[in-house]
Amino acid sequence: MSLDPSFVGRTYPPTAPYQVGREKIREFATAIGATDPAHHDPAAAQALGHPDVVAPPTFPVLITMAASQQIVEDPALGVDYSRVVHGDQRFAYTRPVVAGDELVCVSTVEDVTTRGGHGFLTTRTDVSTVAGEPVVAVWSKIVVRGEG
Amino acid sequence: MELPAKTFRVTRADLVRYAGASGDFNPIHWSDRVATKVGLPGVIAHGMFTMALVGRAVAEWAGAPDAVVEYGVRFTRPVVVPDDDEGTEIEVTAVVREVTEDGLTRLDVTATCLGEKVLSQARATIRTTR
Repeated sequence: MSLDPSFVGRTYPPTAPYQVGREKIREFATAIGATDPAHHDPAAAQALGHPDVVAPPTFPVLITMAASQQIVEDPALGVDYSRVVHGDQRFAYTRPVVAGDELVCVSTVEDVTTRGGHGFLTTRTDVSTVAGEPVVAVWSKIVVRGEG
Repeated sequence: MELPAKTFRVTRADLVRYAGASGDFNPIHWSDRVATKVGLPGVIAHGMFTMALVGRAVAEWAGAPDAVVEYGVRFTRPVVVPDDDEGTEIEVTAVVREVTEDGLTRLDVTATCLGEKVLSQARATIRTTR
């Protein structure tokens, strides 16, 4: 699987704002068994200094996965999605995501390599509020497995 | 310093619930037919579900739901989840690698399923002072 290395450094247009809902955070927290009241009860979150319920650390992937699809599905890059495996995932938070956030993603191709017949694509998605306040940076590395 | 181990049971029902909550409906996480067709031993957990459970462990060790400032993993081995009531188990342990002067604690985390590591380079940084 050979990916076009000239894509490194390419930045894609910002996504439409994602409105973070209180019920979505509760649903996600319940699905992963996170019972801390700050994920469910606005008063508990406010006691920690947040305006509304706090999302668990991996919640931003709901938003960034869709944003990085822009890159993965760019026909010019040449990713065969049926051969994709998730390699690495990393989050660096300025602050936690909270209910009421309106978030915009800007994705950049950080690295493209081909090694041992496999393609490796690292994307960085910067998540910020519509007002421009940075919230979290998210890196995702996918492996595109070679034929045979 | 080693932190107390945490164990998470994972069943098919958990994967379905996570699929709905996360919007990741890839059939390898719910259909044995599709999973085996692409060469997997059976339905596997979403890597991001495993990462979420480990993130829960980290937040619980930190004692605060908003303490994680950096968190990264490499997915090395799939977590196969059988279609029965027991499912499987993920065990999570961690050691404190560093405590910085500005109140951050860096953890090296290990996650295993049936004795095999399912993540590598799993690291988290937590804020230990408010």
